[in-house]
Amino acid sequence: MDAKNILETIKMIEEEHLDIRTITMGISLLDCIDSNIDLACQKIYQKITSKAKNLVKVGSDLEEELGIPIINKRISVTPISIIGAATKENDYLPFAKILDQAAKDVGVDFIGGFSTLVSKGYQKGDQILINSIPEALTQTEFVCSSVGVASSKSGINMDAVRDLGEIIKQTGQKSKLGCAKFVVFANAVEDNPFMAGAFHGVGEADVVLNVGVSGPGVVKRSLEKIGFAASLDLVAETVKQTAFKITRMGQLVGQMASQKLGVPFGIVDLSLAPTPAIGDSVAQILEEMGLEQVGTHGTTAALALLNDAVKKGGVMACNHVGGLSGAFIPVSEDAGMIEAVLSGSLNLEKLEAMTAICSVGLDMIAIPITTPAATISAIIADEMAIGVINQKTTAVRIIPAPGKVGDEVELGGLLGTAPIMKVNPRSSTTFIIRGGRIPAPLHSFKN
Amino acid sequence: MRAIITVVGKDKVGIVAQVTEKLAQNNLNIVDLSQTLMDDFFTMIILVEKDEEVDFRKLQEELTVTGQNLGLTIRIQNEEIFSAMHKI
Repeated sequence: MDAKNILETIKMIEEEHLDIRTITMGISLLDCIDSNIDLACQKIYQKITSKAKNLVKVGSDLEEELGIPIINKRISVTPISIIGAATKENDYLPFAKILDQAAKDVGVDFIGGFSTLVSKGYQKGDQILINSIPEALTQTEFVCSSVGVASSKSGINMDAVRDLGEIIKQTGQKSKLGCAKFVVFANAVEDNPFMAGAFHGVGEADVVLNVGVSGPGVVKRSLEKIGFAASLDLVAETVKQTAFKITRMGQLVGQMASQKLGVPFGIVDLSLAPTPAIGDSVAQILEEMGLEQVGTHGTTAALALLNDAVKKGGVMACNHVGGLSGAFIPVSEDAGMIEAVLSGSLNLEKLEAMTAICSVGLDMIAIPITTPAATISAIIADEMAIGVINQKTTAVRIIPAPGKVGDEVELGGLLGTAPIMKVNPRSSTTFIIRGGRIPAPLHSFKN
Repeated sequence: MRAIITVVGKDKVGIVAQVTEKLAQNNLNIVDLSQTLMDDFFTMIILVEKDEEVDFRKLQEELTVTGQNLGLTIRIQNEEIFSAMHKI
């Protein structure tokens, strides 16, 4: 083995923040359905704590063996609305609490799946789950929640979009962190290992292991090496090569973890996920390409190049690709994004444009708590439309927070610090209260 | 099981002796060993082999102590991580 290669790998891990962002065990709860909620909760607890018993230990053993950090160990479960629908309950908070307890007892960082998919309409359990979200996210620590309200095949459920504006506002009023654990999706994916949007789809196997990689720092460093004079062809090629190396780590960790756990290996999610740490920023990759600050003209083009090159490099590096796969642009979790918002270079409108060409959407954005619920719904509707028309996954994770525009909301840890952003003060209320469904788009005559 | 041990730090007397002694104590067979000066740092890479499973946590702890005594950074990692990244 070439000494240069060995030292390169070590340098990526030690100096450039290369890590495995998450190993996420997906667990089906379909065999836990029971009309008695107490029995259902018992079965859920037993299934999760037996299947994921060794997840954290295997993860930390692998960290030692390979010398690469695995930042999060997580669990995703079947959307709880499906389990809840069998009961006569009007509140699914007990499910959230038992998920929280199971997560705590097995030692994972998050558990996702307090979720529902309603892109075409509500079944009984959907509405109950949605109404349980504010309390569920306030009263639990580890539970993450998501709602799929739109898809390219069925359009946008605007009743759900309207309701979720209220739900997000209520959650923001009750809890500081609640909204950071909640995502609204268009074209939600069933094998996403990333939070807050992870859930275990009904098309998945009983138990499966998915991996999410990271590594914005490594990509930035590789672009520093080629310098400002290199053409964009070389930039794309360099990103591809780097993404390949990063993704190989995900493939290896996934393979070894699934073998040790005796669980099938699902997918690698090829995402560049930033953290608030200096040098681990997607924004700074775009700036390394030659933008003075992220948000300026050219940002969307630079991000499109990055996002596409990451996928091209990553696809060959692993057996199965899935999840969200692309560059994440969460504001609060990315030091470069935060700076750009504070300096006025980056606003909500530019972020929306950026989400049209990368995963995953308007992510970790704080807005004033005084923002009307209908405006939150309208922000969601815009983002869902981008996903539905472009046949891609998009999402909204938005945090109504006390304070004025420009204030910073400290969320802590990997969630970072969110500057409160300005929203358009004109009303969207009449559009939102109409409700109904925006029809699915035409899938031909693409111009 | 094959593992790669990297030793990086300021050159001094006895590095190879002390590190290889630790490996022998743990019944690790040295398959390959190379050393060089990189950016003024002494850099040694050792490929080791063992028939049974290797307890990486315990070995890393022991090597960290050896490294601290010598003023060096010593890591042990499964060889797989390097071949996964650099070989197709």
